[in-house]
Amino acid sequence: MTPSIRLGADIGGTFTDIALDAGGRLFSTKVLTNYAAPEQAILDGMEIVLAEAGIGFADLQLVIHGTTLATNALIERRGARVAFVTTEGFRDVIEMRTESRFDHYDLNLTLPAPLVPREDRFTVPGRIGAEGQELLPLDEAALAAVAGRIAEGGYGAVAVGFLHAYVNPAHERRAREVIAAQTGLPVSISAEVSPQMREFERFNTVCANAYVRPLMADYLTRLRSRLRDRGAACPVFMIHSGGGLVSVETAAEFPVRLVESGPAGGAIFAADVAQRFGLGKVVSYDMGGTTAKICLIEDFRPKTARTFEVARTTRFAKGSGMPISIPVIEMIEIGAGGGSIAWVDAMGRIQTGPESAGSEPGPACYRRGGERPTITDADLMLGKIDPANFAGGAIRLAPDLAEAAIRRDVAGRLGLSPEAAAFGIAEVVDENMANAARVHAVENGRDIAGNVMVAFGGAAPLHAARLCEKLGIGRCLIPPGAGVGSAIGFLRAPFGYEALASRLTPLSAFDAPAMNALVSALRAQATGFVRQGTDAAIRCEVTAFMRYRGQGWEIPVPLPDRAFAADDAEEIRARFLEAYARFFGRAIDGLPGVEIEIVTLSVRAADERPAPERIALTTGRREVAPAATRPVFDPSSAAFLEAGLFDRPALGPGDRVTGPAVIVERETSTVVTAPFDAVMQDDGSILLLRKDDRT
Amino acid sequence: MSDATRDIRLQVMWNRLISVVEEQAMTLLRTAFSTSVREAGDLSAGVFDPEGRMLAQAVTGTPGHVNTMAEAVGHFIEAIGRNDMFPGDTYVTNDPWLGTGHLHDITMVSPSFRNGRLVGFFACTAHVVDVGGRGFGADGQSVYEEGIQIPIMKFAERGRVNADLVRILRANVREPGQVVGDFYSLAACNDVGHARLMAMLDETGSETLDELAAFIFARTRAAVIERIAALPRGAWSNRLTADGYDAPVTLAARVEITEDGVNVDFAGSDGLSRRGINVPLIYTKAYACYALKCAVAPDIPNNWASLAPFGVSSPENILNAPRPAPVSLRHVFGHLVPDLVLGALAQALPGRILAEGAGALWNVHISVRPAPGHAGRRAEILMFNSGGMGARPALDGLSATAFPSGVMTMPVEATENAGPIVVWRKELRPDSGGDGEFRGGLGQIIEIAALPGHEFDFSAMFDRTLHPPRGRAGGEAGAAGRVTLDDGTPLRPKGWQHVPVGRRLVLELPGGGGYGDPARRDPAARERDRLRGYVTGKRP
Repeated sequence: MTPSIRLGADIGGTFTDIALDAGGRLFSTKVLTNYAAPEQAILDGMEIVLAEAGIGFADLQLVIHGTTLATNALIERRGARVAFVTTEGFRDVIEMRTESRFDHYDLNLTLPAPLVPREDRFTVPGRIGAEGQELLPLDEAALAAVAGRIAEGGYGAVAVGFLHAYVNPAHERRAREVIAAQTGLPVSISAEVSPQMREFERFNTVCANAYVRPLMADYLTRLRSRLRDRGAACPVFMIHSGGGLVSVETAAEFPVRLVESGPAGGAIFAADVAQRFGLGKVVSYDMGGTTAKICLIEDFRPKTARTFEVARTTRFAKGSGMPISIPVIEMIEIGAGGGSIAWVDAMGRIQTGPESAGSEPGPACYRRGGERPTITDADLMLGKIDPANFAGGAIRLAPDLAEAAIRRDVAGRLGLSPEAAAFGIAEVVDENMANAARVHAVENGRDIAGNVMVAFGGAAPLHAARLCEKLGIGRCLIPPGAGVGSAIGFLRAPFGYEALASRLTPLSAFDAPAMNALVSALRAQATGFVRQGTDAAIRCEVTAFMRYRGQGWEIPVPLPDRAFAADDAEEIRARFLEAYARFFGRAIDGLPGVEIEIVTLSVRAADERPAPERIALTTGRREVAPAATRPVFDPSSAAFLEAGLFDRPALGPGDRVTGPAVIVERETSTVVTAPFDAVMQDDGSILLLRKDDRT
Repeated sequence: MSDATRDIRLQVMWNRLISVVEEQAMTLLRTAFSTSVREAGDLSAGVFDPEGRMLAQAVTGTPGHVNTMAEAVGHFIEAIGRNDMFPGDTYVTNDPWLGTGHLHDITMVSPSFRNGRLVGFFACTAHVVDVGGRGFGADGQSVYEEGIQIPIMKFAERGRVNADLVRILRANVREPGQVVGDFYSLAACNDVGHARLMAMLDETGSETLDELAAFIFARTRAAVIERIAALPRGAWSNRLTADGYDAPVTLAARVEITEDGVNVDFAGSDGLSRRGINVPLIYTKAYACYALKCAVAPDIPNNWASLAPFGVSSPENILNAPRPAPVSLRHVFGHLVPDLVLGALAQALPGRILAEGAGALWNVHISVRPAPGHAGRRAEILMFNSGGMGARPALDGLSATAFPSGVMTMPVEATENAGPIVVWRKELRPDSGGDGEFRGGLGQIIEIAALPGHEFDFSAMFDRTLHPPRGRAGGEAGAAGRVTLDDGTPLRPKGWQHVPVGRRLVLELPGGGGYGDPARRDPAARERDRLRGYVTGKRP
């Protein structure tokens, strides 16, 4: 049974969001994140929502928690002092990275420092080959000597990463045994944290795990004991980067899996909206103060990947961060938020972000000393935001300060009026987001047009309609509670876990028993984690990551969850060709001598949930007249148009608002551009619908 | 505000066009067979106007491809002729003098038609695994020995692939499946570019790219000219000596900055080599422009207008090798051109230019097979490895980092999965960075052996073994490279050589030069170098 009183807690960079589902009634709040004692903010927020719901800590049946603490520790380099033990001859893998520069033209480039500096990296003779064979036995004496140095070195955690451990972990396991016995420290091994081929990514991932492990273990212990002190005896589960739930014990052992768990909640939130409305192809769009995140959701499931990059040091540039190889909900993140700063480059082009004014000093119009123009300042000038009614009236915005900042940094430099400059700023940021979304779709072999957008986060409703115009998207949903979307998403997350392992297998040498053994082991591992949280039926999905031999990019190929027989090689080959054609337009068939191979296998286990109640999309016929209007800049007409003003809580299901219009609520405003109408849905969502949409 | 709206609209279209070529490049990256493309990013993709002038290129890509491709499209237009171009066409060449400098690079160009009118071209380039001949190496004595030559011709006409070309290709290369696969990947990536461009023009209601092209070129030209105007006027010269094939080679450059451009002349460089280390001028120009752009206009996007103010000239010599000179390893001296050009520019811009570095990638091509009397596997394996970069005027050099090339190394685990070899060591080379107020980047040490029962030959493509990277502004030279067997037997830096059963090949890659007087180095930095073992006090 799904517990009926559940609480989701999302610790973000600025706010800690709490969402409580008490038997179907939803309560939520936002409190400021407490950096010194993150659990305190959770307890404070819990007090608020529990009081609103009229229940106590003891009534809670489940707490689901996601946090950016692990991510922040990596970004701010606030983790443990880690000793890294690796194969002799490979001391510098995490320092040499890919031997390339992420910006080809910047000669003063700096690369991110390795998580573990060279003096803390130790090597041991011993070597496993590519096929798992032992080429050189592990040198026990050398291992013991290294363990001795670590014991005396004042370290907080140990990571072990040996070459080809993803195919044969024997040496890593033995090293853990010896080091743990001699040092008493927690030891993470790469074969367990990230059993994937490619040593830089795997070694970095195991180092990151060790790096955040003591910090996260302490925090999780504190959180649980504080919750117990308040009387909450219910289980606590953690949301992981792949969008499923894991036990606190698992989280404490593999804390690197908590990286990016907050944004994962947002994607699950959007996936849940997709399922309620029965929308098979959805693109989620989350825009906050600093960044925008875009994720593809197909058949109610966010797209996932096996590796991603965190802690980018330079302008969100690919390659400027560190790779983490774990199953993750795949999102594209760009430096485009309400606080992103607008500027003019050497070609006289308006640019936006990635530098952000953040919340301090914030946009110029916040009156907190910010002098540089931001997206929010441009939105204000364009009439999209009511200065007297921003964030529920909490901040009185200053249009004159917004105009002065835009005039000085953009309009003045380009000889434009401030209004034209503000239009330029909004167009550039919207185009940047549209391009990121298009490229992300191409990377996944998809076409973005034809999707339904689900928009949430404080700044998204201001930009969603224009973004849809640029992407050729006709329909966009803006659900209620969008401000605390991630925390609500946590409540919807399945108990799920993805186990994977690299094992290079050419189809010509397909070995059904070996394949079955590997899939069984992965299935046992994945379902084991899921069983910690649920007694419900568990469904498994088997995926092979495959390519033509010689290619370096593997595509996911879904396989049936059953035992394989020798003649299944043909079936797998057919599925690969089909997936390949979908990704790249056509399969390259008829290439005699080009082998097809499986690189990595994955089993994803999740509990079966009853489908949420379906809500039919309504396109609404009851036109509502505005009580008032104000001029709002309409991008496709390139002019200010008189837009109707509406109060979101005052609109009822089926009400249809004709664009141009602005629908105002406490946290944000939804801008309905001229090509769109807005229709209120039964659950309080706003549907932006192109006037010419006939679907 | 109609002018303002127009400007904003064109600016947004410019961003969109860059996104179109990113999608084009992404397609190639995901579908290519060639190791150097997929693992190392050795490719380029771009969009051109009907005159063959480059409008935008993907930021992915390495300078040797990017800047050569910018020149190549004009040659295609000339060779094919406007009247013989149809929708669905794709043209191809690997001509070193019209394309990107050696036979291993395949360049494809596709016209983009809209309602019957030619609106532009898409082009892309990638390095394929084999082109026949002697294989990737320095030993050829003319281009005829280096592989199959494909003059500019149609790979596809109106969507129909030239089956004769494919058959000839199959018969001439060692890995026909992968090579033909790459031809299709290249053509497909241009198709993606075309489709995205049509969608963009539909949305913006435009029929051509003419207005956008004028906007891009005008804005870019103004920005570059402004940068050049801020430079001192004059001419400065530099010389650089490197190993060559069997005798040292000296390169010379004279950089002249005028009111509206920068010109580099390579007169005084040594004559042609008898072996495949010669460089066609198109490739020399690519790296000269790259160096100038890094120093003068790093933030200005690459297009016809941003490259136009940079001119290159040279009499016939090793940096301007005419047909039929052997050019397979043109990258080795091509990669030294930035150090050569920057060394001249450093005199014009004191305090702004980094010291010399390893320069050329230490690529190694390995051909491994069962030893006589043993069973086993055969494989051809290519590895990219980088030495140290020169120290910067206010920063230490980057260790084991490619410059000027933009490629990445491949994971050792992937390399060992590709064939029966074992990389026993791949780590930083202590004491190889040149001392200075800022230290040169460290090189690296690599040890490679065959699996038991196997032996291998390798093609050496190394330099700076006798002529280490020089320091700047009082900084010391980095360590020279070394090529040996593990028993100490010295090997040559270029050419195919044998590694017997049981022996290891040992590569010690050069470190970068230092910058500034070593006496001025911060003691804390010295202490950190010692603690980390970057510097042990034992000079190699």
